[in-house]
Amino acid sequence: MSLEVSPDTEAIAAFESTLEKRDLAASVTITSAAEFSDALSDLLDPPVVAAALPFEGISYEDVDNEITLSPDPADLDAARTGITAAGLGVADYGTVTIRSTPGGEEFVSLYPERHVVVVAASDIVPDMPTAFDRLAEEFEAGHTSQILATGPSATGDMGGIVKGVHGPQEVHIIVLEDC
Amino acid sequence: MASEGPRDSSKHPNYSNPAVEETDPEGEPGAAAEAGPADGARSRREKAAALRHLMATEGETVGKNTRGFNESTEEAISHISNYEDLRDRTRAIKKEAIAELPDLIDRVTEAVEANGGSVYVAEDAVDANSHIASLMNEHSAEKMVKSKSMTTEELELNAALEKEDFDVVETDLGEWVIQIAEEAPSHLIGPAIHKSPEEIATLFNEHFEPAEPFTGDPNELTRFARDKVGEHIQDADIGLTGANFVMAESGSIALVTNEGNARKTAITPPTHVAVTGVEKLLPSVRELAPFVELIGRTGTGQDITSYVSLLTPPTDSPVLDFEAPDEPMAEGDRDFHLVLVDNGRLAMREDDQLRETLYCIRCGACNNSCANFQSVGGHGFGGETYTGGIGTGWEAGIEGLDSAGEFNDLCTGCSRCVNKCPVKIDIPWINTVVRDRVNRGGEESDYSFLVEGLTPDSEPRGIDVQKRLFGNIESLAKLGSVTAPLSNWLTGTRPARALLDRALGVDARRELPQWRRETFRDWASGRESISEAEREVVLYPDLYTNYVLPERGKAAVRVLEALGVGVTVPEVGESGRAPLSQGMIATADRKASAVYANLAEHVDAGRDVVVIEPSDLAMFRNDYEKLLPEKSFERLRDSSYEVMEYVYGLLENGADREALPKANGTGKLAYHSHCQQRTLGLEPYTTTILSDLGYDVTTSDVECCGMAGSFGYKSEYYEVSMDVGRQLKDQFEAERADGRTLVASGTSCGDQLEALFGDAPPHPIELLDPR
Repeated sequence: MSLEVSPDTEAIAAFESTLEKRDLAASVTITSAAEFSDALSDLLDPPVVAAALPFEGISYEDVDNEITLSPDPADLDAARTGITAAGLGVADYGTVTIRSTPGGEEFVSLYPERHVVVVAASDIVPDMPTAFDRLAEEFEAGHTSQILATGPSATGDMGGIVKGVHGPQEVHIIVLEDC
Repeated sequence: MASEGPRDSSKHPNYSNPAVEETDPEGEPGAAAEAGPADGARSRREKAAALRHLMATEGETVGKNTRGFNESTEEAISHISNYEDLRDRTRAIKKEAIAELPDLIDRVTEAVEANGGSVYVAEDAVDANSHIASLMNEHSAEKMVKSKSMTTEELELNAALEKEDFDVVETDLGEWVIQIAEEAPSHLIGPAIHKSPEEIATLFNEHFEPAEPFTGDPNELTRFARDKVGEHIQDADIGLTGANFVMAESGSIALVTNEGNARKTAITPPTHVAVTGVEKLLPSVRELAPFVELIGRTGTGQDITSYVSLLTPPTDSPVLDFEAPDEPMAEGDRDFHLVLVDNGRLAMREDDQLRETLYCIRCGACNNSCANFQSVGGHGFGGETYTGGIGTGWEAGIEGLDSAGEFNDLCTGCSRCVNKCPVKIDIPWINTVVRDRVNRGGEESDYSFLVEGLTPDSEPRGIDVQKRLFGNIESLAKLGSVTAPLSNWLTGTRPARALLDRALGVDARRELPQWRRETFRDWASGRESISEAEREVVLYPDLYTNYVLPERGKAAVRVLEALGVGVTVPEVGESGRAPLSQGMIATADRKASAVYANLAEHVDAGRDVVVIEPSDLAMFRNDYEKLLPEKSFERLRDSSYEVMEYVYGLLENGADREALPKANGTGKLAYHSHCQQRTLGLEPYTTTILSDLGYDVTTSDVECCGMAGSFGYKSEYYEVSMDVGRQLKDQFEAERADGRTLVASGTSCGDQLEALFGDAPPHPIELLDPR
C-alpha cells in the first residue's frame, strides 16, 4: 500500500515460488490494475463477501459477480468466497498480513471456505525481519492488530492433516504488479 | 555395559526370565508388611505396571504422532541457515525480558488500560479462576468458548467455571476431544496426540450417537467437529484465548495457531479474555520476529503456522451478533481483559536453577524429540499439567517437587531435546537439578559448591538406594574388578539377580557388566608409548573402557600410535557422569574437580585429551560448565576430543592413512551413534572416516537406543527401555539381514544392541586397529 511503487521483483518471484513449493496457495495470479477485475472474477465462487480494497485505481466495480461489502452474520455464514487486501506479503514464508479493520477484514478472511487475498507487488518483502520492521512501523501508526496468515487453516488433531477447519480451506493470491 | 569373554546366550534378553514373574504388578501378599527395600520394590513394580499400561494403550499412537512431528521439525529447521543465530537471539530476548519482568508487567498494564482493556495479575489458580468467573458475571455471560491454553489447564479453569454453572466449550479440536473424553492433555501442543482417529470415532459415536456412525476418516471427523464447535463459538458470550507472547509496549498478544479457532474465538463474541503466564511478556512487537521464525519449526515442524495473530484488543473489528443474523456490522463496543498468571512463576524467577524454564515458549519440541516420551507419552512423562523434558521444570515451579518427581526419572539426560529447544534451555540440567532436590527430600541445596568449589561430604541419607548404587558405580567397578571373576559369577546367579532386583531395583532381565581383572590402565601402565612423538595425548580411561571394555582402549592406543601420536593413560577417576545422571550433583561436582586437577597439567603440557566414551566427552564439553570454574571448564573443553573426531583431525592434517587397515570385501556397516555424541555434532567424523576407509556405512535415525546409562537397568524402566530399543531393532534388523556389521560408540548403546541382537557391537575405533 505504499504510495511509491518500487516493487522488489526478486521478492515477488520468491513469494510466488514459496507459495508453490510449500503448497500454500490454490492459485497465484500476477496481474495488472487494468486486468484485475477479470483475474478476480475467475476466482470467485458465489456468494461472495468482501472488504474494500485500499489500492489506488482498484475497486470491485467491474467485477461481474455480486459482492457484499460489510456483510452481516447471515452473509458470512452463507458466503463461499471472501476477498480482502493484504498489508504485506512475505516472500520466504508465503505469508500475507490481514488487518483487523472496521470493514470486517478479519471476519471476511476467516469465515468463507475460500479466501482471495489481493496484495500489491510493492508490499512484498523478502523475509520476516523486514516484515517485522514494517509491522513495527505500522504498529506505531496505529495498525496494531494484524494476522500473519500462511496457507489455509489446517489441523492434525483428527489423525491426519486436514485443510479447512475454522478458517479457509483454499487461499488464492492475486499480486498487483503495478501497485 | 557389554560383556566380554565367554557368553551364555541363554542369559540374553529373553522376556520370560523367571525373575520377571516377581515383578507382577498385582503384588505379592505380605509385601506391604515388609520394611525398607520392599517398599521401594513395590513402588517400582507399580510404576512399571503403569508405564506398561500406557505403552499398551497409548504408546503406538503417541509414537507415530511424535515421531512424525520430530521428523517434520528436522525438515523445517533445515529450510533455514540461521537457526543457531535465531536461537541465540530468542534466548537473549527471553533472558532480558524475564530479568525485567516486573517492569514489563507495569508497562503492559498501562498500555492495555490505555487501549480500553483491563489487566489482572493473578497470584494463584484460585485467584485467577475467581477473577475470570467475576468477568463472566460482569458481562452477564453464560457461555464461554476457549481456544487452547495450557495455562488454563494448569489453573483447572474449566472445572472451576463449571462448578459455578457456566458453560465452557473448548474450540481447538484436540482439546475438544479431550474435553468430551474427560481426559487430560498428553502433550504441550497436541492434547489428543494419544488418540487414533478410530478411537476418536468411537468416542464421537458414543457421545453424539450419529445416525451414520463415524469410521475414523480424519476429514469426516474434522468436518463434524468444526461444525459443532462453530455453533458453540457463534453462541458464546465470551471468547477466551491464551497468548503465546504478550507485547508490553502496545498491549498486544500473539496467538500461534493452525485451525483458525483462536481467531474466531477472539473476534466472534464481543468480549475477549486472554489468560497467560506472566513469563510470556516481551517488550514490543520488534522482538517477536525470531520467535515467529522458530516456533512453528520446532513445534509442529512447519516453517510458520497458518496463523500468527497479533491482536491489540479491543480491536477495530466490528461486532457481529450471530443470534441476529441480519443485523449489520456495528462499530466497536468490544471488551478485553488480560489475565496474567503468576502461580509460582515469580518465585521461579528468583530460582537460579529453575529460572530458564520461564524462557520456554511451549512449542513441544522436547516432547517430540524424546525417545522415552515417544514410547509412553505425556500421561506417563508428565505431571499435573505439563509434559516432557521441560515439564519437569514447570511442574517443580508450579505444582511442586512431588508432581515433578513422579516423572522426572524418565529424562535420561540423553540431550536429544537440547538442540531442538528454540530458546536453548538446558533441559537435561533442569531435570538433574530437580532429581537432586527430590533426592534431598525437597531440601534445596544452595548449590554454592557449584560456584565456590566447596564439596559437601556426601549425598543426603534419604536418597533412593537404586540411585546411590548407580551413582557410585565407580566404587562397584573397582571392587568388581579386583575380585573378578568371582564377582561376575556371584552376581550372575539367579538368587543374586532376584535380590538385586528386589533390594536395589536392578532389573533381573538385564545382563550385568562383566568386570575385568586386568583393567585398561593396568595394561597401559606397563608399556612404553612411541618415543619422540611430535604430538602427545592423554587417553581418558573412562570407567567402562577401563573396567569392562579394555579392548577398545587398547585399539585406541594402537590407532593413535600408528598415526604418530604418543599416548599416556593417566590415573584419573570417573568423570562424574554416573552420579550426575542420578541427580547426585554434589558427588558429580567433586569428581569433576578431581578429574580436572588430574588433567589440567597434561593440558598445560600441550597434550590433547582424547575420550572414547561419548557420555564422558559430553561432561568435558558441556556439563562441566556447571561444575567447574568457567576458565577451567573452557580449558578442558577446548582440549577434549572424541576419539574418532581426533583421528579425523589427524588424517586431515597429514597423518598417514595407509597406517590404518582398509575395509575388506565385506565392509558393510550399520552405525549407531551415541545420543550425546550426536547432540555435540560428532557423528559425521566417524561415518566420514569409515567411508573414507572403504566401508559402506548406514546410520540409525532413532533419538536414543533406550539404554541411556543406568536407565535400562532399572526395574521400573526396563520395559520402557526395551520399547525404545525396539525402534532401533526395527531399523537394524534389515541392515543385519543385508549383511551389515553393527557398530556403536557408546557403552550403553552397545549393551542395548547386544540385548536386542545377541552380539556386542565393536566401537568404530576397533575397526581401525592396525593390530
